[in-house]
Order: sequence, then structure tokens, then C-alpha cells
Amino acid sequence: MKLLKLVPDDTNIKFLRWRVPFFAVSILLIAASWALVLTKGLNYGVDFSGGLEVRATFTQSAEAPVADLREKVATLGYGDPVVQRFGEDNQVSIRVRLPDEVSADKDAAQAAANQIVDKLKTDYPDFRLDGNDNVSGKVSGEFRTQAVYALLAAMLAVAIYIWVRFEWQFGVGGLFALFHDVSLTLGMFALFQLEFSLQIIAAILAIIGYSLNDTIVVYDRIRENLKKFRKMPLPELLDLSVNETLARTVMTSLTLLIALIPLLLFGPASLFGMVAGITLGIFVGTYSSIYMAAPLLVWMGVTSDSFIPTESATDKQERLARGEV
Amino acid sequence: MLDFPTWKKAWLWLITGLACLAALPSLLSFTSVRWPEALPDPMVNLGLDLAGGSHILLEADSKQVAAQRLENMEENVRGLMRNAEPRIRIGDVSTRGGRLSFILDDPTEIDRAREIMLPSINGTGLVREWNLSVEDGNRIILTQTQEGVDTAVSDAMESAIEVVRKRIDELGTREPTIIRQGDTRIVVQVPGLQDPDALKALLGETAQLEFKLVDQNALPSDVQQGLAPPGSEIVPYAETSDFAGSSIAVRRLGGIRGDNLTGAQQSFEPQTNQPVVNIQFDSDGGRRFAKLTTENVGKPFAIILDGKVLSAPNINEPIRGGTAQISGGFSVETANRLAISLRSGALPVDLAVIEERTVGPDLGADSIKKGLIAMSIGSLLVVLLMIFTYGRFGIYATAALVINVLMILGIMAGLGTTLTLPGIAGFVLTIGAAVDANVLINERIREERKRGRRVVAAVENGYKEASRAIYDANVTNFIAGVLLFLFGSGPVRGFAVVLVIGLFTSVFTGVTMTRMWVAGWLRKARPNDLNL
Repeated sequence: MKLLKLVPDDTNIKFLRWRVPFFAVSILLIAASWALVLTKGLNYGVDFSGGLEVRATFTQSAEAPVADLREKVATLGYGDPVVQRFGEDNQVSIRVRLPDEVSADKDAAQAAANQIVDKLKTDYPDFRLDGNDNVSGKVSGEFRTQAVYALLAAMLAVAIYIWVRFEWQFGVGGLFALFHDVSLTLGMFALFQLEFSLQIIAAILAIIGYSLNDTIVVYDRIRENLKKFRKMPLPELLDLSVNETLARTVMTSLTLLIALIPLLLFGPASLFGMVAGITLGIFVGTYSSIYMAAPLLVWMGVTSDSFIPTESATDKQERLARGEV
Repeated sequence: MLDFPTWKKAWLWLITGLACLAALPSLLSFTSVRWPEALPDPMVNLGLDLAGGSHILLEADSKQVAAQRLENMEENVRGLMRNAEPRIRIGDVSTRGGRLSFILDDPTEIDRAREIMLPSINGTGLVREWNLSVEDGNRIILTQTQEGVDTAVSDAMESAIEVVRKRIDELGTREPTIIRQGDTRIVVQVPGLQDPDALKALLGETAQLEFKLVDQNALPSDVQQGLAPPGSEIVPYAETSDFAGSSIAVRRLGGIRGDNLTGAQQSFEPQTNQPVVNIQFDSDGGRRFAKLTTENVGKPFAIILDGKVLSAPNINEPIRGGTAQISGGFSVETANRLAISLRSGALPVDLAVIEERTVGPDLGADSIKKGLIAMSIGSLLVVLLMIFTYGRFGIYATAALVINVLMILGIMAGLGTTLTLPGIAGFVLTIGAAVDANVLINERIREERKRGRRVVAAVENGYKEASRAIYDANVTNFIAGVLLFLFGSGPVRGFAVVLVIGLFTSVFTGVTMTRMWVAGWLRKARPNDLNL
């Protein structure tokens, strides 16, 4: 059987030649993402904003009466609800952000939830309650702090790990690549106003893990090549390393994508946001390991000297045998 | 490197076999095959988002515990001083500002008073529960220590959990999970419960039952303005009663608490056919109830639940025999609920619902179905890609992948962890990521071959060189996974669990198992070239 080769042998793409424009674009994208997050804001779900969410199916209808629902719930006096189609055409999610004083008072929040569900049950005979979430302002506030801590702690812990295992420049490079991935993911969520919930935090943490996966494989090869080719100019060496690991990078990103895309297309609706986040993260993560993590090493001046103390005697013998000194 | 002694192979297969076997019950249940009842059945728990049901997070008010404690201390101090031989006279007792202060009429008795209070101040445990200080030579001030309050809150939570458990058991729902979370929270998860309202109403009641005499001297106009005569307090009527919206003045002292109940049942008042609750006291409670009613025949007394008056009937005759009837505009449902609450005892502290999530059962089943379909398609595509790209080595990777999925499921069943909706996403992600180790290894073997190494050396080097990157990459994922578990809640934790278990199993299957197979094949076939 002739085997498939997604990436031809001996690729020699000059990735690093375009490092300045690409890096500039990346910085611009990061800035744009944060601008979006700060101006447009994230579309917080009840996990983070507090309030209540009701998910329902209109069993006898082909389509859920979205506009009608919005109007009906709005008349109850809790402000404008967010009514979104959720999965099938006849399924909706209705989110109501309760006023702070209602959200803080447990009885009032309960009463509001009951009132909304009761109204819908009487107004629509085919209303089937699929689930509801009711999160008090206190809990949602805790979720927000926890989420921020989790993301910061993950980025920091991982950067420290790389620093210990490699060199500080690699730690900085890895951290920067992560910052890029997280920023762009947040930016996308702000741009498309996708619901931002606890699941999305899970998605971002997964992205942190797997984006770094790519970066580390490239870094590992750079370290190896730094020991092997002491005289090679750094940009060239980075190109070589990226090219050598390109087949693996493409293959792994591809397997992740082909596992995730069916979940995106056929999976349960409540997973859509999370899976979309991870899928997006795989693209930006792959890109960032080549165009953020690697060029930074050039500018921070990584040299093969960094790894001389760690060079073992057998490596040296091998090199001598190959006549590379 | 490629050397696998038989004992090592046996071990690997044993571990694999056990883990896969543990996955069997769960697998069968997903495909709706019934697992024989006789066999042990450690299935993966399904999270509420998959099984349907309610998740409720309750929070106790620690301030209330502290306030209650201060009140008890006041009573305690009054009693101690009154019962002292000779009696110590005190005055100006106040509990303002969260501290108890009082004046001794005779300042020389300070030391004796301190002596008497010592056991209460030090408490029963190892921590000092109160601080005592003296002002102006005759004023004693007691303040609660943080340790004291913490202990009280902790004790209150322990008994609150017991009460919550009893009440939920009475509802007859299956396998509720009730766990303490943090200092003041209780998580209640009830699979299959679709209408959480009854549960919430039940948990919202403290069920502190009191019988107090109505103050007939109070002027109705004063009561409406919230002014109580000395020695009385104003208590509002409950929403269920006929007099909802108005209030009544009751005597502070001389009443009794419903602490000594031995039973409570919902029944009907024969004349009016109204739902009522019958209660039985133990002997001590019965005696006190008989005394109260005997001494106050003809006067009204208020039946108060959680600080609200249910009804205030006249005492027509002394009630002996330790039973009584509570009426107050109940429906059958609310009467039944009250009976349950009274049977299970009073909650020592108010519990507020601060988070509630409910998922209908249809949605959960639908999610599992869709998740499984997506997982099957994804796995199939990954398998095809691996086989077309790496041939024989792809087949090994595929076998490793299948074992990997089974092992994750088996370990989850063994550890009793919960599979949630995000957990399904974790599974899918693991399928994509698990083959990464094999991709790294196989690409490395290709490279080594290209550099002209011989087959065995190339394979050996492939495994060796790739393992460093595999190790580093997995550790970083592990860090992210652990943080996800620590900071995440509920369903998101389910994702973290799958991710972390998947990291271990995928290294085991993707590196160790495939190496064993490759080694076996190399030894047997002794190929001169690799189709890779």
C-alpha cells in the first residue's frame, strides 16, 4: 500500500523570512481582539453574569416563536431578554439578566424564574422545559474571579515549566504564544458575540494545553538542532526545525480537527460554543507556535551556548563522529 | 529498548485487560443493553447534564449562626447568674454590635461571675469560644472569637446536611448526592428530578416550630405599626394563612419550642375537611405542652413556623397526651411538606438557594446520542487517516486508540468519576490528541530512516527521541488539566477529569503498548525496510 504523505519530504519553507510582517499582523490582531473585548464586551452567559436561563423546546412547532418570546418575556419587567435559537429550529434559550437587587435576593430570583416559566407554560401549550439555570450574583462573581485566576495560573505555571525545562527565552516565547491564542479566542467571542460561559473557560484551558503542545514540539527540535548545528545562523536553524516538525504539526492539527468537526456539526447544541472555541484555538495555536514562539527566539538571542552545559558526552562524540565541529 | 520480556508483556496486558473490563458495564448501558443484576456494576456516573435532574447549591448564613449564638449566650448568662449561690444580680444586658455586655450590681463579684462563666467561655472543644473583658470595673463584655463562630458554623453545617438528607430521602427520589462544599455551602444533586420547586420549598423551610401565647393586651393599632408592648414581639402571619399580610403580638417568654417532636403526619380536620398536620411530642415536650395549655385555657396561642404565624387558635381545653394539631390554611401539598420538615427536624440555619441548574431527561439522552454519533464519526476519520498515513504503524496506533478510550471509561468507572456533557468533548479531544504521540514517533522514525539508519535503529531512535517531546507536551497539558479541575465547577470538572485521565492512558497505550507490538513484529518479521 502506498502511504499518504500530507507534507512532502524535505520541505524547505522559509517561514522566518516573513517574521517581521507576520509578527506585526499578530500584534495587530491581539490589539484588535482586546479592543473588541473592551468595547463590545463578551456576551456573558448566566455563569458569569448571574440571572437565569431557560432552555425549551416547542414540541409541536417547526420553529420557535423567537420574536414573540422576546416580547412576552420583556413584558414581565426584567429588561430585554436574550432569546437565541439553540440546536434545532424549535429549540430556544432565553436568558434574563436579573436586576442586581433581584439577583441578590434569593426569594426574588426564585420568584422571577417561576414567573417566567409559568407564563411560558400557559402561553404556549407545546412548551417543554428542557432545563433552566439560575445563578445568583454572588456565585457568578465567584465564577468570574475563579476563571481569571485559572487562566492566569495556567499560563504562568506552563511558562515556568518551559523555562525550567528549556531556557528563559523559550518560556517567554511560549507565554507570548499563549497570550496570542487566548487573546484571539476572546476576540472571536467578542466579535461574534457567542455566549461566554464556564465551558468556554474550559475550552481556553484546553487550547492552552494543546497550543503549547505544538510549541513544545518545535522548541524541542530547536534545542536538539542548537546542540547539533552550533554554527548555523539562528533564523536558518529555526526554519530547519519548523520544517522538520512540519509533518507532525500538520498531522496532529488535522487529527484534532477531524475529531472535533463532527462534534461541531452533529454534536449536542450545548457543546457548540466550547467545541467552536477549541477548534478555533487549534488554528491559532498552530499558527502561533510558528509565527510567535519561534521568531521571538531570534529577537531574544537564543544561542547554542545556552545548552552547552546540558550536552552529554555521547552527543558530543556523535557530533565529532559526524565531523560537525 | 525494544526488548520486552514475557513478564513485562503479561503485566501490560493484565493492566489493559482489567481497565477495559471495567469499561464494559458502562459501554453496554450506553447501547441500552441491560447489565445482569447479579454482576457487580461499577458504571460511569452520568452527570446531571446527561442524566437529567437538578443541581442546587445552598448557602448558609454564617452571620445568622453568630447571632443565634449570641442570643443563646445571653440566655445562658442570665440563667447562670440567676442560679448562682448566692444569686448574682446583673443589669443593662445588651447584645448590640455583636457582643454581649452586662453590668454587675456588685462589682466585687466580678471574679465569682467570671468563674461561673468559664466553662461556657472555653467551650467544649479545644478552641476558646469567647473573649471576656471587663470595663469600668463592673461591666463584663463577651465577644465571640472567630474560632468559636467557625466551630459553631461548622457544627450547624454538619447537622444541616443531616436534616437536608432526611428531607430529601422523604421525597423518595433516587440516589441524591448531598455534599458539603467549602465552609458554608451544600451541594444537592438529585438525578431524574425534573421539578425542583418542591425540593427547594422543602429545603427553604427551617421548620423551627414554636408555640407562644398571644398578647391580648396589645392594642391592634400599635401592632399594625409594629409596636409591641414590653415583653412581647410582633410576628407576621404566614402567606398561607387567612390573615396573610397582618401581624400579631405574642409573649416572648413562656412559650415552648417544637424541638421535642417524635412525629408529624399530614391528615384532615374531620369537620372542615381541611388539610392539617398532626404532631406528637416526646414525654418531656408533652408535659410542657400540657402545662402551657392547662394554665391558659380560653386564651389564644400562636403556632409559629420559621418566625411566621400559621394560625392562632383558642385553647379550648388542656391538651394532654402529647399530641396536637396544626392548622393554617394548608393545601394537601404544603401540609405534607410541613410534616416532612417537622419529622426531619429543624434546620439549625437558614439555607438559601444560590445556584440552581435543571436539565430535562429528554435533553440528556439526546446529548448522549449526538455525542456518541459525533465521536464515532470522528474516531473513524482519525483511524482512516492514521492507517492511510502510517500503514502498519497506523494500525498499531488505532488499536492503541481503541484501548485508550476503553481504559479511560474503565478508569472513570473504577474511580467513580462523573461523565458530563463537556466530558464528551473531552473524549473527542482525547481521540484527536491521543494519536499525537504516535504521530511524533512515526514521523521521527521516518526521519531516522531518511537519514539512513537501519530499521531497528530507526525505530529505537524514533521512540527515544520523540519521548522527550511527548513528555514535555503532556506535562503542560496536565498542568492545564489540573488547574481546570481545581478552578472549574460541576460539568467543567468532568471535562478536566477526562482530559487528565486521557493524558496518562494515551501515553501508556500510544507509547508503551505500540512499542510492544512494534517490537514483537520486528523480531518476528525482521523486515529490511519499513513502509512508512
